Amino acid sequence: MSDAHTRIDQAVNGSDVVLFMKGSPLFPQCGFSSRAIAILEHCGVAFSSVDVLQDQEVRQSVKEYSDWPTVPQLYVKGEFVGGSDIMMEMYEAGELQELMQKKGVAAAAS
Amino acid sequence: MPMAADDIETMIREAIPDAEVEITDLAGDGDHYAARVVAESFRGLTRIKQHQAVYKALGDRMGGVLHALQLTTVVPE
Repeated sequence: MSDAHTRIDQAVNGSDVVLFMKGSPLFPQCGFSSRAIAILEHCGVAFSSVDVLQDQEVRQSVKEYSDWPTVPQLYVKGEFVGGSDIMMEMYEAGELQELMQKKGVAAAAS
Repeated sequence: MPMAADDIETMIREAIPDAEVEITDLAGDGDHYAARVVAESFRGLTRIKQHQAVYKALGDRMGGVLHALQLTTVVPE
């Protein structure tokens, strides 16, 4: 297992909700990442993020990790949920909020 | 080089023969597209698998020359 793969594993399993993205939640560097952050904020859940622009190895490996060619990628309780289009679809259908609740994800500190 | 909308449509159709593909050029710059793909063969697949099928059709273009593709997959009613 490569180092990058290990780092991804650690991030994915290190928090209930993890978003691999370009940039940071405050300064997303891509429209899709920005949308993903907005959705998570609307869900009101605590989440951590990994900026793939800061780690080229992770940026490459995360595509193989879940056989998903693009960033952002959302993981909940270690499970890959999807990219920003799937997040948006699920959010609009109320399914993302349901998933967070079912998985017992903690609310964001207000 | 950006990718032409017709090429995106052709690649998806080649890999998913029953797909109805609708491409929208979001920014008019040939670089930001939305694709709506309707296919009976998506039935029974999770959203992740449906999206993966489209990404596979686009091969290494996705995330490469094709940076921004907003994707919606639909199972016909």
